[in-house]
Amino acid sequence: MSPDAAHQHSDVPGLAHHFNSLEAQSEATTLGMWVFLVTEVLFFGGLFMVYTVYRSWYPDAFAAASHELDVTLGTINTVVLITSSLTMALAVHAAQLGQRRTLMIFLVATMLLGGVFLGIKSVEYYHKFAEHHVPGPGFQFEKEYVRHAQIFFSLYFMMTGLHALHMVIGFGIMAVMLWWAWNGTITKDYYSPIEISGLYWHFVDIVWIFLFPLLYLIGRHGH
Amino acid sequence: MSAHILPRRVYYTIFGILMLCTYLTVQIAFFDLGRLNTIAAVGIAILKATLVILYFMHVKYSPRLTAAVVAGSVFWFGILIVLTMSDYLTRAWRTFG
Repeated sequence: MSPDAAHQHSDVPGLAHHFNSLEAQSEATTLGMWVFLVTEVLFFGGLFMVYTVYRSWYPDAFAAASHELDVTLGTINTVVLITSSLTMALAVHAAQLGQRRTLMIFLVATMLLGGVFLGIKSVEYYHKFAEHHVPGPGFQFEKEYVRHAQIFFSLYFMMTGLHALHMVIGFGIMAVMLWWAWNGTITKDYYSPIEISGLYWHFVDIVWIFLFPLLYLIGRHGH
Repeated sequence: MSAHILPRRVYYTIFGILMLCTYLTVQIAFFDLGRLNTIAAVGIAILKATLVILYFMHVKYSPRLTAAVVAGSVFWFGILIVLTMSDYLTRAWRTFG
């Protein structure tokens, strides 16, 4: 490489010295994010595994306990989260086209929808505490299911809690992206941070796509 | 960067399908279909997740290596489920032996 070319290389904003081009760097960062998401699949996967075993053992208790969840709030939250995935996808689209203002609007919309989701979730948690459906000494439920319904609610709080923690982290990531969009770090050529933050956000959405039917919708009939 | 930029229409279409699927999965849950309830719920969830992965997460337009990594996560999760359940679901069989 001539000194001239080396100089040009260091002039490209956002390009690390060990990559030849932004395309190569972008492919590497996307792949790296996906490898991280694979570990996340197995992280959540363990909980889905436990859920599958216990539900196959105690189907009636799980159906009865699931019936206590608020399906309306659950459905609203599903709609809110999928809509936030749309605004996230549109944010990435705006970043690709270098539309800084549109990008910022969609990032704020994504954060707002994430906030609405967490707000509704905390209302649901509040109801569960008020109804004594939190596993522990104060747990109250129909006598025949009282032991096994606690397993359902333990899984409910662990899975939705871990998911909510991911939402909070995602909210923080979006705040940083908003800052970077505002100060001009994100450009038409260098939008990888938005792209991989989007991958994270969509992944969290996918986890909820599975949690919603498995937690809220079993045993809706016949109880 | 020479990325594949999708028209916005694609995102709106996928969003519409995801909403339709959400409506369907809630409606189906209120009918007693026996085992089909679980199959329908999980099947619709897999369809929704696949659409999000292919279009919102751009895997359809990504290098094959990315698609292989995605498929790998599903495959490994499959091993976890299949091997564990082949144990738990067959434990009652010892009563016949």
